[in-house]
Amino acid sequence: MEHKLPELPFAKDALAPIASAETLEYHYGKHHATYVANLNKLIPGTEFENLSLEEIVKKASGGIFNNAAQIWNHSFYWNCLAPNAGGEPSGALADAINQTFGSFTAFKEKFSATAVGTFGSGWAWLVKNPDGSLAIESTSNAGCPLTTGKTPLLTCDVWEHAYYIDYRNARAKYVEEFWKLVNWKFVAANF
Amino acid sequence: MAHQLPALAYSFDALEPHIDARTMEIHHDKHHAAYVTNLNAALEKFPALQAKSIEALLKEIASVPEEIRTAVRNNGGGHMNHTMFWEIMGPHAGGEPTGALADALNKAFGSFAAFKEQLAKAGMTRFGSGWAWLINNSGALSIESTANQDQPMMDGKNAILGIDVWEHAYYLKYQNRRADYIAAWWNVVNWNAVARRFAAK
Repeated sequence: MEHKLPELPFAKDALAPIASAETLEYHYGKHHATYVANLNKLIPGTEFENLSLEEIVKKASGGIFNNAAQIWNHSFYWNCLAPNAGGEPSGALADAINQTFGSFTAFKEKFSATAVGTFGSGWAWLVKNPDGSLAIESTSNAGCPLTTGKTPLLTCDVWEHAYYIDYRNARAKYVEEFWKLVNWKFVAANF
Repeated sequence: MAHQLPALAYSFDALEPHIDARTMEIHHDKHHAAYVTNLNAALEKFPALQAKSIEALLKEIASVPEEIRTAVRNNGGGHMNHTMFWEIMGPHAGGEPTGALADALNKAFGSFAAFKEQLAKAGMTRFGSGWAWLINNSGALSIESTANQDQPMMDGKNAILGIDVWEHAYYLKYQNRRADYIAAWWNVVNWNAVARRFAAK
């Protein structure tokens, strides 16, 4: 089964100036696209050839996992972002965040600290555990919470390629700006 | 004494066009500087460790108190890795090594071209952030790669050359094209410095 690069849910310049069109050009047009091309080269003739992307993420290791999980993570990340977004969640998700973290502000602080503190390349996640509780976690490289039975709700990409064009080494600034793009509707739907 | 950010032995633009001045400036003044700052901060509560050289700290990383071990591994590694990286690059460099180092490379890899190919491959296949290394084991050379800022010294290994393949090392000029960065990097390798490191142990 050939995997395809999904369409971006917004125009490449829609997130500027927080995430520039140039960043999207590379991040989506090169990095994300390369993971798709790599996976399609790696799976023919393997047990993963006819599996869905999510199944590959859950079952594979090594290069196949890296590329499959990076496809999944990036597709998820794009959906977590939107123009004219940000703000705060409402309803059941807001209640769950308040219950787990004390307040939305405390949640943001903890999530941001996780994103900034992830050493090297990786991702920060808000996940729902199998028991329904919320947690913040960090994964290295292509790591994806699907592999540990958790439901990803929100992610922030902290590979340097996600922010280097716009923020250089200032990851903390990127994470601070990231909140202005969070598509809480998508996050709530995942919850 | 606190660890210090070493001054570059050449100007930020000295490695142009292979490595651009802006990249050098941010890489040295921001990334490397942050590792030094964070390393010193981690050691603040441990005066006995402050007197140790960065090599000694990393060689004995397992005995560093657990509460600062990861910080020392990451930031101490980052400090030592970058210090070496600046040293083994330079303007008007590149080309091929000569003498004992050239002989050792030929012996280990068959040819200089084969060595270059293998190091480039180690750099290309390091997924995420990390380094590719040329290791000197009592005269016998080998290639390795490590994740993030892990220093071969943590496994008792002596790296005499390393290429940084964190995206921050090349993103401003090469973006996603790590292969182009690695190909260009050979033009700035200071083989005299690598040969000195080879001769030192």
